[in-house]
Amino acid sequence: MSRAPLHRRLLTVSGVDRLGSYLVVRVDDPGGPQPEPGQFAMLAASERWGGGEDERPYLSRAFSVARRRGSESHFLLEDVGPGSRRLSELRAGERLWMLGPLGRGFTAPSAGRRAILVGGGVGIAPLAILQDTLEQDATVLLGFRDRERAEGAALLDAAIVATDDGSSGHHGLVTDLLAQEIERDPAAVVYACGPAGMLEGVRAICEVGAVPAQLALEAGMACGFGACFGCVVPRRGGGYLRVCVDGPVIDAAELDHVDAHAGAPA
Amino acid sequence: MSVSFCGLELAHPIINGSGTFDAIAAARAFADDLREAFPFAAYVSKTITLEPRAGNAPPRLWETAAGLINSIGLPNKGLEGYLAEDLPQLAGMTTVPQPGAEPRPVPVITNVMGSTTHEFSALVEACEARSEIAALELNVSCPNVKTGLDIGADPLQLEQLVRAVRGLTRKPLIVKLTPNTADVAACAQGAQEGGADAVSLINTLRAMALAPAEREAPGGHRAWLGGRTGGLSGPAVRAVALAQVAAVAARVAVPVIGMGGVQSGAHARELMDVGATLVAVGTESFREPAAGARIARELGDTARAEPAISEESVR
Repeated sequence: MSRAPLHRRLLTVSGVDRLGSYLVVRVDDPGGPQPEPGQFAMLAASERWGGGEDERPYLSRAFSVARRRGSESHFLLEDVGPGSRRLSELRAGERLWMLGPLGRGFTAPSAGRRAILVGGGVGIAPLAILQDTLEQDATVLLGFRDRERAEGAALLDAAIVATDDGSSGHHGLVTDLLAQEIERDPAAVVYACGPAGMLEGVRAICEVGAVPAQLALEAGMACGFGACFGCVVPRRGGGYLRVCVDGPVIDAAELDHVDAHAGAPA
Repeated sequence: MSVSFCGLELAHPIINGSGTFDAIAAARAFADDLREAFPFAAYVSKTITLEPRAGNAPPRLWETAAGLINSIGLPNKGLEGYLAEDLPQLAGMTTVPQPGAEPRPVPVITNVMGSTTHEFSALVEACEARSEIAALELNVSCPNVKTGLDIGADPLQLEQLVRAVRGLTRKPLIVKLTPNTADVAACAQGAQEGGADAVSLINTLRAMALAPAEREAPGGHRAWLGGRTGGLSGPAVRAVALAQVAAVAARVAVPVIGMGGVQSGAHARELMDVGATLVAVGTESFREPAAGARIARELGDTARAEPAISEESVR
């Protein structure tokens, strides 16, 4: 696990690329530690952070690292609230605060076992950096709401796509595709990130098939390093896990279900 | 920048608010050696209760205009777990007031909450027996089981509670006042009459958020937070904190720990100008984990710029 310096870093955006309805924001982080697949960072624009809708944002926002290229870290953004909106406005040369890399990432599959990567929407981000580091080819299944969002699938190689409205790829849920893949190869290992409903579907399918699954969870989070106790999800057998320090990647076997109310639009 | 507080010598006046910094989780999350260079001059634990608590059902957070509502529900391992597992890891930390300066010890202040005088007594007695604990802070923002009102919201009840536990410890006893009361200065006076060595304020202001119209409400009601209501903190409460700290400091003789929305040395200086001896940082640490060290440095700069004020207010 790569660990963050205590001091957040003032970094410069080196470029922004459009990918369907998403943005890939590239941040130059020359002195920062190498993030591991599944780790995340807390981001905040250095200027005009606040003063948006409802006089927000105030807190930093958690984003999975989507890719690391040399000294650049890439983040996948979708405008869903005042924080992601302000970050989406950043242009090359503008600056942002970054704290990270934080959290526990994915564990690579043992030799000979095929990885199935299952992503939904903006949650495909950590699967890209995971695919970059896997030694064997993985099966990649990505679900989106519509065709424009499905263009985000270009972030990964050789993705099989499903859309809710059938405008691109399989008409239906990405978990339909997962069920078929697991039937074909019950020895596979599943890595998933996406909306809570999708993750709950993945968890349930993998539980029935006794397939190991690592789920990268999202939750409303104030700090990212275990201080606020806000980002909890119920743990199997009682109590809660903190997504930021016990995750964000959590073994599906540790969860009874994936909480569908993990966070508000941020 | 050194400051004396109830017999403790602190490297500077900036500490953390209870429940806003988990030193054990942070030591694991960060590459820097937090135990050697802690960002605060003293460490205040999160609230410890007699029995373990899981905390409230999520969602637990809601961002407001320049602030945060939290409804965490005091998750903790319980007294036994805290004393056996956490306290040994919290003891022996040091802070480095300026780069290159001698490391200074970071005393541990343990925050406790009971729902009855009997529970508070058991907590205080157990803490008294542990040398790693330098001082105690009572969280009195807890409902009286009989009346449903916060114990700390009633000056007389508060005085009786403090008097009941005062004799059980020789350690400094701090009372964390609730701002959700008609007259916080009267409550501070009650705490002082009962034998408190210091008071700290403000705790969070009771607050509520409704689920966004397009979202299904988590618990079948429209309140967003699993605990229905929560506590508001952050810059949104700073002006309220300044008024309450000023009112309390004008009423009591014991030292005051001021907090509420502090983001900079200038904000800390304002609370000290109205009578705070120490200043706690809470929500700002969520955005910047090293905020305590930065604010202490900025406060030192303001002290150097205005020596006449600093001698008076860093007493």
